[in-house]
Amino acid sequence: MTAPTSAKIRVLIAKPGLDGHDRGAKVVARALRDGGCEVIYTGIRQTPEMIAEAALQEDVDVVGLSILSGAHLELFPRIVDEMKKRGLTDVLLFCGGIIPEEDTKALEGLGFAAIFRPGTNTQDIVKFVYEHVKK
Amino acid sequence: MDELVERFLAGDRRALARIISRVESESGEGRECLRQLYPHSGKAHIIGITGGAGAGKSTLTGALAAEYRRRGKTLGIVAVDPSSPFTHGAILGDRIRMQELTLDPGVYMRSMAGRGALGGLAPTIDDVVAVMDAFGFDYVIIETVGAGQDEVEIAGLALTTILVNNPGTGDDIQALKAGIIEIADILVVNKADHPGADVLVSQLQALLSLAPAGARRPPILKTTALKAEGLAELADAIGEHGAYLAQSGELERRRADDARQQVLSIARQILLERIRAATSEEELAELVLRVAARKLDPHSAAEQLAGNVLR
Ligand SMILES: Nc1nc2c(ncn2[C@@H]2O[C@H](COP(=O)(O)OP(=O)(O)OP(=O)(O)O)[C@@H](O)[C@H]2O)c(=O)[nH]1
Ligand SMILES: [Mg+2]
Repeated sequence: MTAPTSAKIRVLIAKPGLDGHDRGAKVVARALRDGGCEVIYTGIRQTPEMIAEAALQEDVDVVGLSILSGAHLELFPRIVDEMKKRGLTDVLLFCGGIIPEEDTKALEGLGFAAIFRPGTNTQDIVKFVYEHVKK
Repeated sequence: MDELVERFLAGDRRALARIISRVESESGEGRECLRQLYPHSGKAHIIGITGGAGAGKSTLTGALAAEYRRRGKTLGIVAVDPSSPFTHGAILGDRIRMQELTLDPGVYMRSMAGRGALGGLAPTIDDVVAVMDAFGFDYVIIETVGAGQDEVEIAGLALTTILVNNPGTGDDIQALKAGIIEIADILVVNKADHPGADVLVSQLQALLSLAPAGARRPPILKTTALKAEGLAELADAIGEHGAYLAQSGELERRRADDARQQVLSIARQILLERIRAATSEEELAELVLRVAARKLDPHSAAEQLAGNVLR
């Protein structure tokens, strides 16, 4: 009698920037759904403000960002900034997509707890979320 | 008073979002928040938007919200999608069609999973809507996919229920014949840019003409939500329906009916929980076995369970 009504992990999967390919984001969203999470998917071409505001309104525990355009070092700091402005400092952050190894440090410094690159087993993402969200 | 509730009453949207989560998880602290907020609710016009999957409910909700914003009104929106009955997870994608509203400070939009094992409306939807209402929005819109039962539930919750249909899908008329039409206060033919919209309107008119004389006939409106067409007319029709409810005295009756249903349903839930708590797994298993073996009838078994808490 537990699962259906007890607190669920809520995850926002967002695609910042201008690239229009959201296949990877959708695969991750489905894996998390199958893992029992409630996944809010907002579609492509989200601005940093829109992502932070959606995270606030949906009161998510986790924000996962998917990016292929290479603009992560430009966009992610702005997203983190917009989230801080709104007091969203206790949200777990992860990202995925085409992200060079040499950017890892910078993203960790921003607060990203994990980076999932192409070829990641989606089960690892589900496991990561359950291990890091206290509920 | 709870610090979170104070922030809520001061208009803090983060506090609103947090309280909704508390209420949704059916926690004691959620109930405590609701107790403090409830007296502030009852002012918003609650609108239910329902219809088949893909009928354009989210697009219509977004376009209607934009129309209300042009009129200077504020809104809370809650869109319910079903949870998977197996994993209890869900993908909530209704925001995709309401992107332009995200940064509007006069709109708060929340996605909600059904969380019921058998689909249907989320068990805490009444509480979530009450919280949004108490926040002070002029309108609260609830979007749900219609699958028969939910539509009837949503009608109990909303003051104005809008049923969304599309041209060229014959199954709609079937569903309407099955009695769902009775819960609609307004009928919308969305995707009016598709062929067959006028045919559907006349079919719906014919169907409505079978209603008993003297009964209120719901208006039938055409919209093309994707191009934001027909929304002013829809907002006007919702306003007229609100005025009709107030003048006819039906508003008070509906509120009383709704309160009665809600109280009884929660009382039923409390009793069930007490019974479960007072009954050991062994006792339940044994009773169930005897019923399955036809040695005991289910009524007597249930009486025995209830006897564990009622005497
Ligand atoms: N041609 C046309 N397409 C529309 C109109 N309104 C919505 N659509 C399209 O219909 C599709 C479904 O729209 P949604 O608003 O997501 O429909 P929904 O009923 O909320 O869908 P679910 O929540 O998944 O059940 C989208 O591709 C919309 O762009 C319209 O007036 N005309
Ligand atoms: Mg929808």
